[in-house]
Formats: sequence, C-alpha cells, structure tokens
Amino acid sequence: MPGHGTRDTGHALLEVKGLRVAVAGNEILKGVDLAIREGEVHAIMGPNGSGKSTLAQVLAGHPAYTVLAGSAKYEGKGLLSMKPEERARAGVFLAFQYPVEIRGITNSYFLRSALNALRRERGEPELDPIDFLQVLEQKLKAIGWDDSMMNRPVNEGFSGGEKKRNEILQLAVLEPRLAILDETDSGLDIDALKTVAHAVNQLRGPKRSFLIVTHYQRLLNHITPDVVHVLADGRIVKSGGPELAHELEAKGYDWLRDAAMVS
Amino acid sequence: MAHVEQLVGSYRAWAANGASGAPSWLKDLREGGIARFHDLGFPNMKQEAWRFTSVAPIAEGSFELAQPPARTPKLDDIRPFLLFETGYRLVFLDGFFQPSLSTPFFDDIQSLAHVVAHRQDLVRQHLGTYAATQDRPFSALNTAFVHEGAFVHVPAKATIAEPIQLLFLASGAKQVVSHPRNLVVIEREARASIVETYASLGQGPYWTNSVTEVVVGEGARVDYHRVQRESERAYHVATTQTHQGRDSTVHLHTVAFGAALARHDIGAVMAGPGGTLILNGLYLLAGQQHADHHTTIDHAADHCESHEYFNGVLDEKSRGVFTGRIIVRPGAQKTDSKQTNNNLLLSTDAHADSQPQLEIYADDVKCTHGSTVGPLDPRALFYLRSRGVGEAEARRLMTYGFAAEILGRMDVAALRAELDRIVRDRLAA
Repeated sequence: MPGHGTRDTGHALLEVKGLRVAVAGNEILKGVDLAIREGEVHAIMGPNGSGKSTLAQVLAGHPAYTVLAGSAKYEGKGLLSMKPEERARAGVFLAFQYPVEIRGITNSYFLRSALNALRRERGEPELDPIDFLQVLEQKLKAIGWDDSMMNRPVNEGFSGGEKKRNEILQLAVLEPRLAILDETDSGLDIDALKTVAHAVNQLRGPKRSFLIVTHYQRLLNHITPDVVHVLADGRIVKSGGPELAHELEAKGYDWLRDAAMVS
Repeated sequence: MAHVEQLVGSYRAWAANGASGAPSWLKDLREGGIARFHDLGFPNMKQEAWRFTSVAPIAEGSFELAQPPARTPKLDDIRPFLLFETGYRLVFLDGFFQPSLSTPFFDDIQSLAHVVAHRQDLVRQHLGTYAATQDRPFSALNTAFVHEGAFVHVPAKATIAEPIQLLFLASGAKQVVSHPRNLVVIEREARASIVETYASLGQGPYWTNSVTEVVVGEGARVDYHRVQRESERAYHVATTQTHQGRDSTVHLHTVAFGAALARHDIGAVMAGPGGTLILNGLYLLAGQQHADHHTTIDHAADHCESHEYFNGVLDEKSRGVFTGRIIVRPGAQKTDSKQTNNNLLLSTDAHADSQPQLEIYADDVKCTHGSTVGPLDPRALFYLRSRGVGEAEARRLMTYGFAAEILGRMDVAALRAELDRIVRDRLAA
C-alpha cells in the first residue's frame, strides 16, 4: 500500500522497507515503511520521541545511527550503504533541525564548495566565485536575503530563524531531488515561517520530492502535502491526505499512540 | 650552566671589542642585562612560567654569537619573504643590517645601531623601558647584546600608508645565535602598519633571541603583524612588549609556523584610559614542533578594551602551549576584556595546554575567557559531508577555517593572502 493520495504514475524516488534503527543501543525506528514518488510532498508528523528526526538523519547518513534491519532504496539503489557525501551528490538533502556553525568558513565559500562537489559528480565544470555569485543572487531573493549574510562564517552568530533560512538557501542552491526538512518550522516566527514555506513551494516540481518532518501542523497550512504520515513509537501508524494533519491538530497524538500500543 | 658561562664569556669578548664604542648609558644597559642573565640562568620547568616548555635544547647546547655574513643575499634570494617591493623595509641577516636590501627612511625607519648614534635621546628614553628583564633571562640576554635591529619612529600625526616590512633572515649557519632588538615608537595620533617576519635561507640549527618594544602614544594606532616562519630546526625565543597611551589602538597579530622550539612572550600594557587592544594569534604546528605563547595583558588604566584570540592547529606530535594572563589593576574600572584560546588536535599524539590566568583587582569590569582543546567537531564534519563535500576535503576545510578565523582579522591584504597560501600549502601536505 503506497500511501494515500499518491499518483500511480511516476517512479518511487525513495522506498523504505522495514527500517529498524538504533542509536546508542536504543531501538528508535522499529520497522518503517515509506514510499515517496517523484514530485510528491510527504509530511511525517508525530509526538516528541517518536523517531521523526532519527528517520531524517538516518536517510542523510548520520554516523551515530545503526541500521538494524530493513532497506532504503533511492532511485532504485541502496541508500543505506552510501556515504553521506555520496547521498548528497546523488541528490539527497537534509535541512537540519539544528544547523551547525563552521568557524572561519564564510557562508559563500561553504555553499560554493558544496555546489562544486555536486557539479563535479555530474561532470559539470566548477563555478568560480564570480559565476557562483550570479547563481546565488537569484536564490537569495527567494528567501528575502541580500548578500550580507554570505560573508559571515557559516551559521556563526545567526539567529534561529536565520539558520533555518540558511538551510532553505542551501536547498535552493543545491537543487536536490529529495529534500528532507527536519523540523524546519521549529523556532520560526510567523513571517519567517511564511518565507520558508514560500521558498519551498517555489522549489516544488515534478522531479523534486519532499519529506517534511514536523511536530506541528502550522507549516502544513502553508505547504500542502500530498501525503501525511503519523510516526509513533518508531512505526508509521497512520497515513492519509492533508486532512490528517488537521485532524491531528484538533485531536492531538494520544489517540494514535494508543492505537500503536494496541497493534 | 656551561652554556651560561659560554654566553657570558662571549659577551665579555664582544663588549671589549666590537661593541666598545657605545655610549656609556648603553654600556650600562648591556651590563645590567648580562648581570641579570648570569643571575637567572636558563629557566627550568619548575618555574611557573615555564611549566610546559623545556629549553634544554638551548640551555644544553652551545651557541656562538653570529658573525657578519660572508655573502650578502640578492634581492631574488629574499623575494619569497617580501610581501611587496615598494614601501619601507629593513632587512637583517643573522642579526646584521643589510643596507643594500633595505629601503630605510632617514633616521625614522632605520637600523637601531645607526640611530643610537644619531637620535640618542629618543632611543635612550625608550630602549629597555618596556620589556622587563628582572625575571626574564632571555630578555636580559638580549639586552646584554643590544646593538642591532629595527628602529621605527612615526612622528606625531603622521601616517605611513604602506606597511613597513622588517625582515629577519637567518643564513642557516649552525649553532649561532642572534639577538635582534627592535624599537618602535609611534608618537601621538600617528598611524602605521608593520610586518615583522622571521625566516631562514638555510636549515640550522640556529637560535634567534629577539625583543621588540612598541610604544604607542595618545590617540595613535599601530597594526603590528609578526610572522614566525623559521627553519624547522631552529630555536626561536622572543618578547614583544607594547605600551599604549590614552585612546590608542593596537592590533597585534602573530602567526607561528616554524621552529622546532618557539617561545613568544607577549606583553601589552594599557597605560592610559580609553585604549583598545586586539591580540590575535595563530600557531600551526606539525612533526615534533613545540610552540609556547605566553601573553600578559595589563589593564593599568580605566575604560580600556582588550580582545584576545588565539587559535592553535596541532598535527602529528606537535605541542602548543598558551598562557593568557590578564591583570586588571585597582582603579582600572570599566575594563572590557575577552580572551579565547581554541586548539584543534589533528592527531591523537598532538597536545595542547591552555591556561587562562585572570587577576582582577577592580570591581566594575567585564572579563570573559574561554578555551577549548579537541578534535574537529563531528557535527560540523557531518554537516559538510551531508552537503556533498568529501570527508578529506571537509576536514581540510574545517581546519583551514580554524586558521582563517585568525587571518581574517588582519587588515593587510597582501599579508593575509600570503599567510592563507602558507596555511593551504601546509594543510595539503
């Protein structure tokens, strides 16, 4: 059963089966099945500690997580055996819940290094700083920035909202095929939330898929998903259309958690 | 002790012969220096200020006073160490002034030996006034041999647009010691930028024992850059002492790449209210290199601000030592002082010691300090890799960033570019 609302046409870009994952000896994901087709936007919702961020991180290749069982196929290839950088070069992008500071490296230099790593993979010529600035200029507009943030070290001294915008800027520049947003809405005021949502909506397209991990429904007021999944206690306990998000907003998670316990 | 006696002996011979024509005040200064050195001897690791650094290779060695070089280098030989060929510069080889390679400016940017004769009052007023010798054997020894070095004087309200280059080259002659002595006087409301570089044309081992005194008048500003890229077999011991008047600004940048053993004592006295100091340092070491930075910022007046940043990048079996002493004297109210020392260990055999020492005797002050010692941040490494940057490149990028953070604070673009190149070369190796 591919989730509710999926179109029958289009290839599965990501196919996760029976994924069990542990961190520091604790099993967090206890058998996750998920299929995302090209162009689809999926939302994963769930209470704190349900394993949402673990799913996001393990798909990006975070070394702290141990895969116990199951598989994840991306474009038909085994994702879990790929290094983080190989996944990125293949078009997987994770917008971090807690973006990391990198001292001494300017945002602009960082982004250019990342973009050139992807371009090398695709056999395209690397961009010099001047060409890169042109690419950057249009992307900056999308998130409402000028280039003043580009000469500061990556995320250093950025506010919470600035860090999240910076993640979306990277998403816009790197143009991934699968973008995973890990609680990008947390800590954002309403204006920043709208800016981020608007930027994501502009990036939606038939070749690009999204997996949006969120605790609250409010981001989904601005980005309408094709499918909503509820993750509870390491399993997807319910999938549905956008209306499921509204139901969760009204009823909370407890009724689903109870359902998960019973099953 | 044999080496102490040898050095005192070589002082006696030198004072009686080559240095006998000096004015009596200078002879007295030297005599005071050698007497102090003789009393103190070489430091040992039981002394607090030398806890982490053994000077045994120097103390148990045998170093002769460097002789005037037989051959004068050509401009081509020194070009790799010049940032630009315009502007004023003073070049020294094994401590001896090289007029043919230098572009002095009258008696204001000149060899110290020359101005001792021509500007005696000014030199006498400042020389030896700021760099302490009472508990500093190396500084005392340098003072005994005070003769040659760089002299820079910028008159009141004058600005020297292009950075002044002071280049101290070692020929690489084995087992010799030179004692460069530099005096920089920036008069009130004057402005200058200076780059003092230590480098080598050969391998050594040799020993450089330098002292630089920088006095900055009211409302004046100096951007002082010090680059230590001695031979990796060299021993480098140095003191840089600044003394700031009211409302003056000192930006002191220091970078250490070279020497088997390096010890740099940096002292900054903020003697007048309203002064600003940035003390910005980098040490980048590998192999068996050992570098010890011992910094003392003395807030002797109120309303002064000091920001100290030192980053260390330590690879292989190298060792970095940082001591950051900050003294806030009674009455130095509204002092604002920040200190950070971050050490990046690139190998499990590398080692860093970091010790802040805050001595605060005033109550209305803001003093913060922080230090870190550790490997590359694994979270940042994953972040970079998740963006497609390969692991080796990510490590290089982060290490470079650690150094670039310090270099980015320097205002001289040509110097920044040159240091950037050196850092990249070393990280690529």
